[in-house]
Amino acid sequence: MTAQSSPEVATVVRVRIPSPLRSYTGAAEVGVAVPLLAPELPPTIGGVLATIDGAYPGLRFRIVDEQGGIRPHIRLFVGNVATRDLGTPIASGEVLMIVAALSGG
Amino acid sequence: MARSPVAARKAPARQTRLLIATRKGLWSLASDVSRNGWKLSGPQFLGHVVHHAIADPRAPRVHLAAARTGHLGPTIFRSSDSGRTWKEAQHPPAFAHGSGRVVDHTFWLTPGHADEPGVFYAGTSPQGLFRSNDAGATWEGIDGFNAHPQRKAWCGGDQEGTPDGPKLHSILVDRRDPKHLYIGMSGGGVFESIDGGADWRPLNRGVRADFLPEPTPEYGHDPHCVRFAGGNPDRLYQQNHCGIYRLDRPGETWQEIGTSMPKSVGSIGLPLVVHPQDPDSLWVLPMDGTTVWPRTAPGGRPAVYRSRDGGKSWKRQDQGLPRSQAWWTVKRQAMTSDFRDPTGIYFGTTSGEVWGSRDEGRSFRCFARHLPEIYALECATT
Repeated sequence: MTAQSSPEVATVVRVRIPSPLRSYTGAAEVGVAVPLLAPELPPTIGGVLATIDGAYPGLRFRIVDEQGGIRPHIRLFVGNVATRDLGTPIASGEVLMIVAALSGG
Repeated sequence: MARSPVAARKAPARQTRLLIATRKGLWSLASDVSRNGWKLSGPQFLGHVVHHAIADPRAPRVHLAAARTGHLGPTIFRSSDSGRTWKEAQHPPAFAHGSGRVVDHTFWLTPGHADEPGVFYAGTSPQGLFRSNDAGATWEGIDGFNAHPQRKAWCGGDQEGTPDGPKLHSILVDRRDPKHLYIGMSGGGVFESIDGGADWRPLNRGVRADFLPEPTPEYGHDPHCVRFAGGNPDRLYQQNHCGIYRLDRPGETWQEIGTSMPKSVGSIGLPLVVHPQDPDSLWVLPMDGTTVWPRTAPGGRPAVYRSRDGGKSWKRQDQGLPRSQAWWTVKRQAMTSDFRDPTGIYFGTTSGEVWGSRDEGRSFRCFARHLPEIYALECATT
C-alpha cells in the first residue's frame, strides 16, 4: 500500500514499521509517496513522517514529540545510516526503517 | 463566584464496575448486584502503560484511558460503548510547539462539570493542564496554567519531582461552578482558579513542606491526593507528603488532621478516598514514609484508616487483610469508593491485587490477583 498518490510528482520510499506501530498501519512495511516541492529540494524523513501521518493519523506523534524531537526509544535508519534529524534527505527507492528500541521489563 | 443549588445524587446503581489501569494494560472487574461476586475481564491495551482510566458520570458509556508504551509517546483512547471498542484521540495532550516542553505521559483525567457535557481535563507529567471540549477527541493546553509566568517557580524543572516524573493530578471541578477549579501538583502544591483556568493562585497555607529549606512556603509542596469531601464542595481533604489535611472554604488555611493517627503508623500515604455523601467521612491507606521512604504498608501489616469526624479521630480497618508480611504499595489513584449504600471501598496494589469492601471498610476481600502493577482504580457505576 502507498500512503500518497501522484507518484509522478512525488518520491516514493518504503517505510518499515516496528510491531508497536502496526496497529496503525496493519502492515510491516508501507510505501510512502512524498510530494516533491522542487527538484532541488529532496524529500526528508520529516516529510515522510508527515505524509505517513496523513494516511495513519496519530502515528507520527507516537514517535516524534511536540517539539519535533524523536522520542527517546525510537531509532530511525535511512538505509543503514542512523539519524535523529528529521531534515535528513531520503531518495526515491530508499528505505526508512523505524526501530522501537527498548530493553527492560 | 456564582453558585447554584447542589443537586442530590442519583439513586444507587445496580452494578459496580472497577476500571483497573496497570503498567501493562487495562482490566475491569464487574460485580453482581450484591457486590459479592466479581468477574475480571481484560486485558485491553496489553503492554501499554495505562496511567488512568475513567468513566464519565454524565454519560456512563463514555470511557477515557490515558496510555503510552515503553517505546511510543503518550496518547488517549476513547470509548463510547463502555470500553468494548476504543478510538485514539486525534490530538492528544501536547505542549505548545516552541515551548520546549514535552508531555511524557498523561497522568490524570477528570470529567468536566455536569453542565458541560463532553468537557474533560487532563493533567500530565511533567506538570501540564489540558482540556477537551469533544469528549477526549482533541485536547488543548490551558495556557492560563501552562504558560503562566510563575509556573516554573511553582513546579520546578520538568526533570524534578516524583520517581516517575513530576505530575499534575487531583483536578477538581466545583459542581456548583464550572469555572472553579483546583489542581494538585507533585511537586508544586495545591492551586485554585476561579476563572476556568485563566489564572491560578497557590492554596497551601498551613501545609508543611519539611523537605524544603523553608518548611512553610507559599508553594512547592507535595500533595499526593486531593479530594472534595462528599456532599460538601466547600471542604477539601488532602493526603500530602507531610501528613493529612482538611480545608474548609472560604478558609485559606489547611488544618492538619493526621496528627491523631497512631504514631507507629504515621500519617504518610498516597491515596485518599471520601464517602460520597458524608463530608466527615474519609479513608486513607498509610505507607511507610520513614528513612528512605519504602512506601510500603507500615510493618508489612496493611490497613485502611477511616475517620467519621472530619479527621479528629481515626479507626483502623484491617479485617480480611493480611496480618503480616504484606509489603504493599498503593498508588495515589489506586483507591476509590463506589456510590452504593453502604459505600464500597476498593484499592489495587503495585503487586497486582485488587481488594475491596462492600461495607465501608469493616471487612475486605481480595477480588483479583496476579495482575500487573496497578496504577489506578476507578469506579464506573452502571
